[in-house]
Amino acid sequence: MNFFQEAKSLLKVNIRDYGMYIALFVIMLTFTIMTDGLFISSRNISNLLDATGYIAVLAVGMTLVIVIRHIDLSVGFAAGFMGAIAAIMLSQLGVPVYFTIPIILVLGIVIGMFNGVLVASVGIPAFVSSLAGMLIFRGALLQVTEKTGTIIVKDDTFNALGNGFLPSFGKIAGLNVLSLILGALVILYFVYAEVTKRNQKIKYKFEVPSNKIFAIKLVFVSAIIAYVTWILAGYNGFSWTVVITLLVVAIYHFLTTKTVLGRHIYAVGSNPEAAHLSGINVKKITYIVFGSMGMLSALSGILYTARLQSATTTAGTLFELDAIAAAYVGGVSAAGGVGRVTGSIIGAVVMASLSSGMNLLGVGISYQYMIRGAVLALAVIFDVMTRRKRG
Amino acid sequence: MGGNILEKTNGPKAGGPGGNILEMRNISKSFTGVKALQDVNVQVKKGEIHFLVGENGAGKSTLMKVLSGVYPYGTYEGDIVYEGAVQQFTKISDSVKTGIAIIYQELALFPDLSVYENIFAGNEVKKGGIIDWNETIIEARKMLQKVKLNVNPETLIRDLGVGKQQLVEIAKALSKDVKLLILDEPTAALNENDSENLLQLLRELKNQGITCIMISHKLKEVIAIADKATVIRDGKTICTLDASKGEITEAAIIKNMVGRDIEDIYPKRPDKKFGGHILEVKNWSAFDPQLGRNLVKNVDLYVKKGEIVGIAGLMGSGRTEFALSIFGNPRNYKLDGELYIDGKRKKFNHTSDAIKAGIAYVTEDRKGDGLFLIQDIKSNVSAANLKGIASGGVINDNEEIKVGNDYKSSMGIKAPSVEQLVGNLSGGNQQKVSLGKWLFVGPKLLILDEPTRGIDVGAKFEIYTIMNKLIDQGMSIIMISSELGEVLGMSDRIYVMAEGRIKGEIAAEDADQEKIMEFATQ
Repeated sequence: MNFFQEAKSLLKVNIRDYGMYIALFVIMLTFTIMTDGLFISSRNISNLLDATGYIAVLAVGMTLVIVIRHIDLSVGFAAGFMGAIAAIMLSQLGVPVYFTIPIILVLGIVIGMFNGVLVASVGIPAFVSSLAGMLIFRGALLQVTEKTGTIIVKDDTFNALGNGFLPSFGKIAGLNVLSLILGALVILYFVYAEVTKRNQKIKYKFEVPSNKIFAIKLVFVSAIIAYVTWILAGYNGFSWTVVITLLVVAIYHFLTTKTVLGRHIYAVGSNPEAAHLSGINVKKITYIVFGSMGMLSALSGILYTARLQSATTTAGTLFELDAIAAAYVGGVSAAGGVGRVTGSIIGAVVMASLSSGMNLLGVGISYQYMIRGAVLALAVIFDVMTRRKRG
Repeated sequence: MGGNILEKTNGPKAGGPGGNILEMRNISKSFTGVKALQDVNVQVKKGEIHFLVGENGAGKSTLMKVLSGVYPYGTYEGDIVYEGAVQQFTKISDSVKTGIAIIYQELALFPDLSVYENIFAGNEVKKGGIIDWNETIIEARKMLQKVKLNVNPETLIRDLGVGKQQLVEIAKALSKDVKLLILDEPTAALNENDSENLLQLLRELKNQGITCIMISHKLKEVIAIADKATVIRDGKTICTLDASKGEITEAAIIKNMVGRDIEDIYPKRPDKKFGGHILEVKNWSAFDPQLGRNLVKNVDLYVKKGEIVGIAGLMGSGRTEFALSIFGNPRNYKLDGELYIDGKRKKFNHTSDAIKAGIAYVTEDRKGDGLFLIQDIKSNVSAANLKGIASGGVINDNEEIKVGNDYKSSMGIKAPSVEQLVGNLSGGNQQKVSLGKWLFVGPKLLILDEPTRGIDVGAKFEIYTIMNKLIDQGMSIIMISSELGEVLGMSDRIYVMAEGRIKGEIAAEDADQEKIMEFATQ
């Protein structure tokens, strides 16, 4: 097989996986051209990613919930509520930040697990139980913020999660040093991991892509990481939000693709009866997935409160729908069993890029909603069409 | 659409009294290369009760689907002559318009709607597009009287027993001015009393001039009420027996039903060695709280090491339910009785417990609850034993591919690679993936539920060969099968189940098809 044939067949097989990256690239390129480069400026990209963080972590959890054929509508106000609780603990009760954050995360797990029990053990459809949760958390959020209104958070450590950046350790040619080092480390790790993976495959005598294709892939992905690092280093470097989001994605990506637990989640999603007959505890998986969703709601609430440096009465409004949209744009199947965490993150960035780009262009909010709706529909249509072709 | 369809009468039209209301001529039908029906001929006289009998999978239901338009005109060969004219039904409503009604084994009622709403569902009594509910209830009462069902028409279907539901289905058919009523195993889920009532009703409908085609496995019913019985075997009509000539006897039906020679597709195991009891159940019962009845009743059964035990019986006889009840009870039946594995009393709370104890269950419905169709071959093979390819909860992808490849070659799965989605494989290959998945678990006892349903003869032979290989490796097998040939060809010992009970136990050397059928149709 010659080089072009190989590249073509690889593209063809993986078009579904690459589709989202291509779409993101096209959207970014379009906005960059239309705004004379303002879109791709360090400042804008940095702000865009920071504003995506609290939706992105929700989208990660939502991916798994949708993969096991459920939905969670309560995550938005649950995030708002838990953000408010965090604010109260920090500002009114004087609990140190290093206690507040773990307590809120555990609270999130408990809330999520409770939802899981309602769905898996009591047998209430997730749509209904989480709709009820949405109303309850909305009320709870209003209740805790009733007396004081907006709760201002003055803890600098906490607020740094939403606004702060990693220390820079000086600048070289206007670029943030630590961010450059981190970027380089990520590239080194990526190359190391890919080469190990390839060597393992060769040891097992499996077919691997030709050296040329492999090298191109390494250079291509490394270039992208380098470019993103360069852009971010030109402003304030990596923000804590981006670091936390990337950590969450890395952990969940590992969990879903490399572990027994992840496999069980996808098995339950693709055929719950067969999963049960294969000895998989479907209820337990449901508890875990909802528990993780609750924990990520808590994290989302923390990031959002930190970003605003305050808990507001309307925090979390429509977060759940943004997260669900990000997951679907990212290729999660409503029929269950299909969807990647990395895809959902890309989905979240796509949606955020649309907002950011259109804001820069001065597009009215009415058109913004319509365009984002159309993109969501198009993404799902693309997904359905490519799946039909394969099936 | 203001006209009320009920006002039409059942007057005889073409064909005349005593003539043929229906003639199916040389009907052939294939599914992707497999011939399901081959030159089938059936003649049904007006006003008679005509039975179709044959083994599971002989083609009876397919034939009725051709007749009712489920398989539209053009997808089969041959002619349907109904009331003197060749019919070309392209959809079910076409056949309904001509007065053909078919009642399936799984009733097509809406459980949360009332009796009268169900009777007129899709055939509403309306004036100018608006439903006249009062008139509907009055008409429903008339229909219920006709089928001698004494219930309030406002009762919900959910609150009726299966027997009464069956009668509602018939009332629904009558409301559509039915001339030819087709019933697919109507008594399979009924108790003795309800069955008797139903048969009595069919006799009365016959007196009112309604023709009836019935599929049934219960030979005593055939003998009791059939005017004619057409035997179908392997998609071909074997003969039509006539009651008025005294041809409908149990012996005659069984002989024609199973008369095929067992072909040489059952590989033999030369040296058989049996060990101790690997599985034993005593007085085992399973009660389904949802259906409110016992699906498995007082079963005593054992399996020896190195043995293939066949469980024969007809569909709905409780075989699958028995298998599930011992395999960790995934359907949450209420269980009663004792279960021993290797002589040790066990209780399983989850399928994973049963798997740990060395039991594997290959389901009869591989697409529905056996395989992950949207996943690839390697993920399906490893699904029940991920520990086997993981360390510390982390999966070794390369090990998984290796295991997938191993089973792909040892099972003879025909696919370009182990990354092929299982949903794209043929039935035989899917079944091999199912088997591979369980063999990778390494069980002591393998329960195979209808292991060769819907797969071609070549793949069947391969699966039988694999079964023998497994026995040689020290495994034991329970094989649930509706195919008598397979049960006789492969088993060392045979249990026959009917109505949730073990009706007989036969050693392989004493078994023949007639004996099994006798137990199964008791």
